[in-house]
Amino acid sequence: MLLKKLTEASGVSGNEKEVRNIILDEIQDFVDDIKVDRLGNIIAYKKGKDNPKKLMITAHMDEVGLMITDIDDMGLLKFTTVGGIDKRILVSKPVLIGDNKVLGVIGAKPIHLQKREEWQNALEIEQLYIDIGVNNKTEGEKLVSIGDYVIFNSQYVEFGDKLVKAKALDNRVGCSLLIELIKEIEDIGFYGVFTVMEEVGLVGAGPVAYTVEPDLSIILEGTLCYDIPKLDSHLIPTHLNKGPAISLMDRTTLFDMEFRKRITKIAEENHIPYQYRKSSMGGNDSGKIHTTKEGSVTATISVPCRNIHSPTSVMSKQDYENTYKLLKTILLEYEKGEL
Amino acid sequence: MDIKELLEALCNTNSISGDEYRLEEIIMPVFKEFTDDIVVDKLGNIIALKKGYNNKGNIKVMLAAHMDEIGLMVKHIEENGFIRFTSIGGIDPRTILGQEVIVHGKENLFGVIGSKPPHLQEKDEIDRAIKIEDMTIDVGFTKEQLMNLITIGDTISIRRDFKTLQGNRITARALDDKAGVAAMYECIKELSRLQHEPDVYFVSTVQEEVGVRGAFTSAYGINPHIGIAIDVGFGATPELSKTDTLEMGKGPGITIGGNIHPGLRKKLVDVAKDYNIPFQYEIAPGPTGTDGRAIQITREGIPTLCLSIPLRYMHTSVEVVDILDIKNTAKLLAFFITTITNTNLEGLLCY
Repeated sequence: MLLKKLTEASGVSGNEKEVRNIILDEIQDFVDDIKVDRLGNIIAYKKGKDNPKKLMITAHMDEVGLMITDIDDMGLLKFTTVGGIDKRILVSKPVLIGDNKVLGVIGAKPIHLQKREEWQNALEIEQLYIDIGVNNKTEGEKLVSIGDYVIFNSQYVEFGDKLVKAKALDNRVGCSLLIELIKEIEDIGFYGVFTVMEEVGLVGAGPVAYTVEPDLSIILEGTLCYDIPKLDSHLIPTHLNKGPAISLMDRTTLFDMEFRKRITKIAEENHIPYQYRKSSMGGNDSGKIHTTKEGSVTATISVPCRNIHSPTSVMSKQDYENTYKLLKTILLEYEKGEL
Repeated sequence: MDIKELLEALCNTNSISGDEYRLEEIIMPVFKEFTDDIVVDKLGNIIALKKGYNNKGNIKVMLAAHMDEIGLMVKHIEENGFIRFTSIGGIDPRTILGQEVIVHGKENLFGVIGSKPPHLQEKDEIDRAIKIEDMTIDVGFTKEQLMNLITIGDTISIRRDFKTLQGNRITARALDDKAGVAAMYECIKELSRLQHEPDVYFVSTVQEEVGVRGAFTSAYGINPHIGIAIDVGFGATPELSKTDTLEMGKGPGITIGGNIHPGLRKKLVDVAKDYNIPFQYEIAPGPTGTDGRAIQITREGIPTLCLSIPLRYMHTSVEVVDILDIKNTAKLLAFFITTITNTNLEGLLCY
């Protein structure tokens, strides 16, 4: 299954090779032109009838993770974070290190030996380390190198009422949607782009926009969902199962109002549920894309993901299906020249 | 059965204190092969008896390793189906954020303990640990859908598969104290090849994590001459002081202190030295936090020993032990038992 394959693959920012290869493999027979640029972005093109506006659909393929910074005398591995990770979710988790995916665990001091005030404070990254079961530095160095990337060891699981748990749903869900579109859509010309290093500062998106020069861009994302009980509704960025989330603004973009309204109108006309992403926090590739060269118009459509940036992100298959439906409908409007 | 295979089966089966019954079908058959009698007592302790040879004075040794584990319990179901919960046993709330769980309702339900996206956190939030009462479990169903599936009081365990690390190290949830149960199993296998006088009771105890309760009732029932608790000890890591810890892979810790009978302890050390079994010392001046504490003060008092298998990251879901330490614990126990006879017991227990 595509989303399972994508979420279980390794692709921490700057090390997207494994996930990139999966994507290339999936789409190469369905595009008319494809290249991997100098930064590792995938730029694919599907031919269609002439359209005055050039459309680009993007999804970043990297995920947040860790990187090994040192191996101590006991053979324990010190690390740093790559991208925005809440240090509090790291404790007591299994991880996979490097290309060989060596299994390790991030342990914690036994509660029995802690003073009461200790467990009221979060553990700092500097206090944590990864244990792979070796006795010393020499044994450790045979298996792990400084600079190795680390991913969460978390499998794709379907549970509850059509929900999915996985790591890296941000943004393999976007990758999966875009791959499916590329495979299914025929005779509509658009650029399908998979970017690198979004999580460490929208690195791949600028050069991609520079190359493609889009008029319109749709950025696909897995976005914040925090719909816990007793939270005022204006504080809830998105809800699960309420459909694709259309971005209003975030830290990097004030989304084009015309384009956004066109998209919500398409959703309404086709009875596809949607919601607004009601948070101005976070940011995505749009920040770079809409300000590259002379500038262009962008929109972000996202699948809401609970527990984003953690090993146990959760999304709804229903939201996924509705997002896909909306995207397809948007493409049909684009073909008619009505976008 | 191979010790690692058994340990995997034990660790992959949930047995939160008070809800340990699932382990019966794993522990009973494997011990049955070597025992004369195996029973489950009123609290749920599994007691396997291996009779001694020529045991004229009917001397009895009791081994105890607890089979229960720490966990969580359903406290409330929110309107949107999220579950509020409390803890059973000593849990550091910091170790359960972002975990996958299994809610043991009418059927086992998968869920996750949610976290707030880093993007929405206030600056000072990130340095505070999140309290258990502020966490929720998402099982992906609405409250209505859950009405027939989950009830208040259902137990919840962290979902974690048993895995092999490098060398002889393994990682799993609840190796505390399933490693001890595995050591008892290895010991009974060892004893089946040796001759021993004492009747040996192998007790997989319940409810240790909430107050060593199973050990009290089983020790009362068996009324042994010697009680030996097999539990886990703190494995050495950089943040812990050397004096508090045991080194990994260097053999079981033999406890010294008030909980321990000095004569028996000396004998245990002699046996380890005679048979070249590696061991370390663990210092506990007062009562230990193990079944040994209960056994010692049962009835008119029972001479007690404690053996600790070194274990890192105790009470997290990624505990680590070295299989070699479990095997050496078992070997030491078996040889120690063979040296206890109807003739020398009284002398050993004499102050």
